[in-house]
Amino acid sequence: MPAWLGSLILLALFLTAWEGYVRLFGVSKLVLPPPSLVLVEWARSLSEPNVWFHTWITVWETVIGFFFATLIGIGLGALLGKMPRLERMLNPFIVATQVVPKVALVPLFVVWFGFGITSKVVIASVLAFFPILLNTMLGVKSVDWGHREVLASLNATRWQSVVELEFPSALPFILTGMEAGVVLAIIGAVVGEYLGGSEGLGNLAVRDMNAYDTTALFAVIIHLSIIGFLFYGAVVACRRFLIPWHESARLQG
Amino acid sequence: MSLAAAQPVTSPGAIELIGAEKAFDTDTGSVRALARTDFSVRKGEFAVLLGPSGCGKTTLLRLIAGLEHPSSGIVRIGGRNLWDDDRRDTSAVADMGMVFQDANLFPWLTVEDNISLPLKLRGTEKRTRRSKAAALCALVGIKGFEKRRPRELSGGMRQRAAIARALSYNPDILLMDEPFGALDAITRDMMNIELQRIWLETSKTILLVTHSIMEAVFLADRVALLSPRPGRIQEIIDVPFARPRDITVQSAPEFRDIADHLRSRLEH
Repeated sequence: MPAWLGSLILLALFLTAWEGYVRLFGVSKLVLPPPSLVLVEWARSLSEPNVWFHTWITVWETVIGFFFATLIGIGLGALLGKMPRLERMLNPFIVATQVVPKVALVPLFVVWFGFGITSKVVIASVLAFFPILLNTMLGVKSVDWGHREVLASLNATRWQSVVELEFPSALPFILTGMEAGVVLAIIGAVVGEYLGGSEGLGNLAVRDMNAYDTTALFAVIIHLSIIGFLFYGAVVACRRFLIPWHESARLQG
Repeated sequence: MSLAAAQPVTSPGAIELIGAEKAFDTDTGSVRALARTDFSVRKGEFAVLLGPSGCGKTTLLRLIAGLEHPSSGIVRIGGRNLWDDDRRDTSAVADMGMVFQDANLFPWLTVEDNISLPLKLRGTEKRTRRSKAAALCALVGIKGFEKRRPRELSGGMRQRAAIARALSYNPDILLMDEPFGALDAITRDMMNIELQRIWLETSKTILLVTHSIMEAVFLADRVALLSPRPGRIQEIIDVPFARPRDITVQSAPEFRDIADHLRSRLEH
């Protein structure tokens, strides 16, 4: 039996068990609606332009936030990776920010950037930034010494080293950082929406929660999951496309 | 067996070391990797640095390559000083190609892109790079593998590609740091024969570092024997056999005499 079929069967069993449990024990749909109801509600929501509007807002926040996180994360990461003295100076600050749960800063960002899209983009950016920064630094520092010696023996300039060696060498690391970052970007956008404003899927989720519409809430969760899957899948596809030579791209199913 | 010190020559493709020495600073103090050394290689010669680990042979090679700055003394490549204070003479470096024990091919490049990388760094256009890489693949014996990636090649083939890369910009001098050390014995013998063939076809000056006595005597015109603590040249020996040398020359009594002599000197 191929693996995907096994997964499908497991999923069917899970949904059946869920459905059975709810019906058998008469669980209120305000607590745990049955999958049948959830799927109907989700399908219905697809025809609601309102839902698409909120989806688009969350997607937009994630994309912009992720874009800036990538730009600044790679840029700064490359710089710090190549300048050990600067890195040593900034290290305590980097460690300090790692220790702070970034989500705790969300209310602060709302104070600074308001209830609109800007604060969500900033939060998404900040959350996604750190894995990208740290992985880029690691990638630049992990350049193979033998490769460096080859370029040294070839009179390569500093810039040539960056383009021909450091960037391709660091790319697998950068992509790993981006994979972690894109997930955090979505989290940042949604959590920002929980806290304030009137737009986005996170906001929709809070409204459904307040209205005790758990079925609609589940539908929102499904939306978010699909978005997360698509974003993550896009970055993973980048890996296949950009670094086909690397084990990480070849070992993927 | 004569102590033959080569006359210092300043023609292109010649190497000269005058009073060069190298000390490294470590946590436990200064380590003299190479004591004050005079050494030279004539144009077109195949010279070998032979010795056990820690005898300074790799340091000597790296000083010549410009990968290390001498603590004192002069390094001259093709009559030009390699160092001007702390700055390397780039045209002197361009006269040399280096092959390391690890092939050090870039895994994200195809074989032909790896081989033509030095040309790309010099701004050579793509079509010329491709044809040059193809010609070099044929020279080193990996024709047909141009579009493959390094991971698809065996160790011996990777070293052939590394040699091709070092030859791609036509340097006068080829420096090789135990290039076959990571290969199995059978491949190693084959690569020795191939290297001799490539040398005879390209007329380069070659300086090779090895700890294999058989490899040294088979390949070299002259063998410089080094000993450690501190690293220094103990003796330089002429190897008078005619070219091209068949692998069977290793059974010749004169060959064995030279090898035995080197072995006995190494055992001190």
